[in-house]
Amino acid sequence: MIEPEDAAPPPPRLGHIASRVAIYAALVAWALVCLVPIYWTVTTSFKTAPDVTRGHLVPYVDFQPDWKGWRSLGLSPDTIGEISTPRTEFLKRFRNSVVVATGASLLAVILGSLAAYGLSRFSYRFAWMRNGDISFFFLSQLILPPVVLALPFLVLYKQLALLDTRIGIILVYTLMVLPIVVWIMRDQFSAIPVELEEAALVDGLSIWGAFLRIILPIALPGMVAAFLLSLVLCWNEYFFAALLTSTNANTLPVMVASQTGSQGINWWSMAALATAAIAPLVVIGVVLERFLIKGMTAGAVK
Amino acid sequence: MTEIPDRLHTPPSDQLAPGRIRAGSLLLWAASALLLAVFLLQALHASGLAVPGFATWRPVLYAYLVWAIALGASQVLRHGERGKRTLFLLPAVLFTVAMVVFPLVFGLWIAFSDWNLSGATGRRFNGTANLVEMWHDPFYWNALRNMLWYLGAILVEYAIAFGLALLLNAEIRGRKFWRVVFLMPLMLSPVAVSWMVGKSMLEVRFGPIASFARWLGWENPSFFGSPEIARASIMAMDAWTFIPFMMIMLLAGLQSLDREVLEAARVDGASRWQGFWGVTFPLMLPVSITVIVIRVIFKLKLADIIITVTSGGPGGATDSVTSFIYREYRDRSNVGYGTLLAMVYLVLIVVGVTALLAVFNRILRRSHGITQ
Repeated sequence: MIEPEDAAPPPPRLGHIASRVAIYAALVAWALVCLVPIYWTVTTSFKTAPDVTRGHLVPYVDFQPDWKGWRSLGLSPDTIGEISTPRTEFLKRFRNSVVVATGASLLAVILGSLAAYGLSRFSYRFAWMRNGDISFFFLSQLILPPVVLALPFLVLYKQLALLDTRIGIILVYTLMVLPIVVWIMRDQFSAIPVELEEAALVDGLSIWGAFLRIILPIALPGMVAAFLLSLVLCWNEYFFAALLTSTNANTLPVMVASQTGSQGINWWSMAALATAAIAPLVVIGVVLERFLIKGMTAGAVK
Repeated sequence: MTEIPDRLHTPPSDQLAPGRIRAGSLLLWAASALLLAVFLLQALHASGLAVPGFATWRPVLYAYLVWAIALGASQVLRHGERGKRTLFLLPAVLFTVAMVVFPLVFGLWIAFSDWNLSGATGRRFNGTANLVEMWHDPFYWNALRNMLWYLGAILVEYAIAFGLALLLNAEIRGRKFWRVVFLMPLMLSPVAVSWMVGKSMLEVRFGPIASFARWLGWENPSFFGSPEIARASIMAMDAWTFIPFMMIMLLAGLQSLDREVLEAARVDGASRWQGFWGVTFPLMLPVSITVIVIRVIFKLKLADIIITVTSGGPGGATDSVTSFIYREYRDRSNVGYGTLLAMVYLVLIVVGVTALLAVFNRILRRSHGITQ
């Protein structure tokens, strides 16, 4: 399976071709599984009601594309210049999502990188805890299910007047992705040889100077990877956002979820909304795939 | 106790002036006193005593921030170079303590109370009444049982992900293209997936998957009607978003395998099938275990899709623990009971994951012995 090309000495031609066909058939089949839902959503946003209910699939052949879905969001060419309440609403949620996801990822990358660097370079002792225990303390946050913290947070946030604020959500999301950032960055910093900083220290830089000027530039790709992975998780988070926000700070997933429940489903506008909500991440996934994979595989393979 | 030397050797710190050390201690004491004073003042004010206080607890948060900064500054003042090293770790530790340890302790406190957030009575301590109620709550046990089903689905996800990783690792054209395509579902939010797949493609009358099922000969496709099928539909959607993650990690593992070992097996005349089970699979065991453990951890948090598609129905057949507690809170706004359920869940998870890790360690050690 690993290297189908160089098979046993007398090459079984027929079997070889059959296995090539099987491999590509499997690839195409799974690609369809991955892409059809996205295709369906994007095309549905251009369908009118009868086209949806008749299950039409191919634009221009089955049905005539129409801006209906995008018009209801105020994002079609003919409504883009006019004032539209749904669009204001949508843009507000969109902005919340952007601010919250980037804010939390940035904060997590800063806190997590500093901690991971310290853990990879120095021996700490804090009461009975050594480096290994401290790392475990960070990573163990990962098994904490959100539901355990959700209700205490609800009560505490109410007292702290942080309910339905962006900063409150940013803090929660930072907590959620911090263990992942520490995990990735610890791996990255351990791979950088200590001799680099030792040379810098001899040249008269302080520890922080060496960290900021020498190490950070080298670790930057790893930090980008950690940032992007955090960004994906924060952008898609629903549970905390649903509990801790109501009108001001709610994010796109909350908006999408709240539309599905009430008053029957407006297929075309829901499809447009879903398309708009997933579009930024689809773009990131295509353009920055390299970094995402780097983040996901950090520490997995020794 | 012996000191473990740092990996990065730093120049020994200079003698610190005693005045500087004293200033550091003083700063820390002052900040601690401020934090305590603000906290006590607000606590007294909130408990109804006629002391001046603030409208919310927000100032206590600011006092904690000031205290955290003072703690950092005093570390540098008192310990010089060693203090600067501590500064790397301190922000993350203080953040996590404030955001996890404190809420957890607070959570334990509310878990043993009857507290309706929208009610007028406020918190009432009710001892073990919540525990007793949990014991007699069939829906909670049902949700826990469902979690076992959902966890079982991981094996299927793992098999599919492994197959896809092998496909991507084979000699194919356009590997990067396929990888990007296969990664796509991971980028989509579970809520969007709930709508795209759960509500629209699985729509019984005209959803494309329903039409496809009808074409295959299923007379009246219904994906959320019977308990078993509803659970399977939820599993499928969850698997769809998460298989890429497992696939990427397994692919990285496959790519890091030693080619020579695989070659040797081939030269020895092992068939592909034998080569896979005899060589590739055992070598992949460590990566596989990492992947499965991470997947288990994420699976235990499963909720978004269930909340948005089925709300736990039909009859609680698709409830996960998280979605059940979420609804429990939404319907009754009783934070006390919900928190207790969550705490019990946490204990079960910690015990379960620890046991799982122990089992996996054992498997690893044994297979290591055999392959040596």
